[in-house]
Amino acid sequence: MTAATLDLSGTPATPFHRLVRVELRKSYDTRAGFWLLAVIGLLVLAAEVIVLAVVTTQDEAIAFGDFIGTAAFLTSFLLPVLGIMVLTSEWSQRTAMVTFALEPRRPLVIGAKALVGVLLTLATVAVSIVIGLVCNLLYGLIEGHVDWTFGWSDFAAFLITQVLAMLGGFALAALFLNTPAAIVVFFVYKWVLPGLFALGAALMGWFEALRPWIDFQSAQEVIWNMSGTGTEWAQLVVSGIIWLGLPLGFGTWRVLRAEVK
Amino acid sequence: MITVEGLTRKYGSFTAVDDVSFVCQPGRVTGFLGPNGAGKTTTMRVMVGLTPPTAGRVTIGGHLYNDIPNPGRHVGVLLDASAQHAGRTGREILELGARTMGLPAERIDEMLELVSLTPAEAKRRLRNYSLGMKQRLGIAHALLGDPSVLILDEPANGLDPAGIRWMRGLLKGYAERGGTVLLSSHLLNEVELIADEMILIGHGRIVAQGDKKSLLAGAHGTASTFVTALDNEALATALRTRGLTVASAGDGLRVEAEPVEIGRTAAENAIVLTDLRAAEGALEDLFLELTSETQREVLA
Repeated sequence: MTAATLDLSGTPATPFHRLVRVELRKSYDTRAGFWLLAVIGLLVLAAEVIVLAVVTTQDEAIAFGDFIGTAAFLTSFLLPVLGIMVLTSEWSQRTAMVTFALEPRRPLVIGAKALVGVLLTLATVAVSIVIGLVCNLLYGLIEGHVDWTFGWSDFAAFLITQVLAMLGGFALAALFLNTPAAIVVFFVYKWVLPGLFALGAALMGWFEALRPWIDFQSAQEVIWNMSGTGTEWAQLVVSGIIWLGLPLGFGTWRVLRAEVK
Repeated sequence: MITVEGLTRKYGSFTAVDDVSFVCQPGRVTGFLGPNGAGKTTTMRVMVGLTPPTAGRVTIGGHLYNDIPNPGRHVGVLLDASAQHAGRTGREILELGARTMGLPAERIDEMLELVSLTPAEAKRRLRNYSLGMKQRLGIAHALLGDPSVLILDEPANGLDPAGIRWMRGLLKGYAERGGTVLLSSHLLNEVELIADEMILIGHGRIVAQGDKKSLLAGAHGTASTFVTALDNEALATALRTRGLTVASAGDGLRVEAEPVEIGRTAAENAIVLTDLRAAEGALEDLFLELTSETQREVLA
């Protein structure tokens, strides 16, 4: 190592799969990360067990799909927080300095983080389905009859909507690079905005026509039906660009240009 | 080799680094010295691609940092030892670095041993580390990929005297094997002990550069010496007759001359010396003088 010039010929670039593995490790190697993942699993378990307890004591009918629906409702709040934390913890803990010094190709790092979010979402979906399966079996044992209604299309819709929910958080995280800000804005989007959209649509005729094109949450219903019209799918794409594409694009552009402190 | 060419970085109307150029040679430890806020950190951040320059550029071994594949294998970087997740253990921090660079796990143990962090300490979380331990971990992280260039921002900050001596030995040995080392400090003593070359920066501009000797020669022309004799009076008289400036300082005298000159005078006059040494403060005076316009404190 005496030369004045560096010989780079023997050094291959860091492969993307290695970045993904490192980012995956980062998601659970701290207490905050570990417990976020554990809490997602435990809450899904608790919710499905409560549903099971209620329906068996009340002698109500329930299908496999209903257990999954309960899990989907819960994880649609928790996965965006996961998507946010995957990205923002690098800034709140200032580790971005080290990360980007070891891999200056920042888009690849962001891509690896997004993929880790997707992988963890898939894991969450798998865990939800396994827990739902067990609960439904227990229901069958207790009640003597069991309803396995849960089609492939439901499964696909569950998967897609959860990935979209996680990416929604990830996109806002890229935009704000700050955990509290991203979480607050996400919950405004999740809970406050639908009310405002409904109010606006009720009061203003032109807004009622506009709303389907900008209301990403309502637009996602077409994924569950899988039988939507072309317009409905177009509305999903347009509102998706507004709520996912724009924040993610602008946020990524910002990360690429930002001075990493 | 690190080559900085006409580097300027502005933040609005504030110029943090102003047309800075210098070269860090392989086989040498280069000290980057300046008061707080002089532009040292900004310069180093530009070197590793974390801060885009307003003008000019930095190449490392002929390449822009961002063009170096798997840069951790070529350039070891320590910019802020505290910029790590407080909830990760020391070992886990090295683990992430080693995995990113594609290094075997043994490398982690080697580095922990090199910086004298015990296995028990490596299992503690970073929030429980002292600043000195964080610095040791940061140096271990920088050395993980066996790089040929080291860029260290205030690495001696928080180290105890024994730690500073250890780091001095480590970096000297590293440079002797052909490595290029750039380290910054706002404390002259640290750099003086470790560095072969010094670059003095103040207010974003380089005010002086060279080795210790040439810096002193360039600034004063004459060195100054502390001397103590059994008979200070007689020595002072003898020195004054040779036309030297003599002032009393503590138990002895401060003379504006090289030690050899005073030794000769003492020998000729048969005066017994009990202490004779080059004035340690000379470089410090120079440092303060060169950067005085940029000092936050007004010097008395």
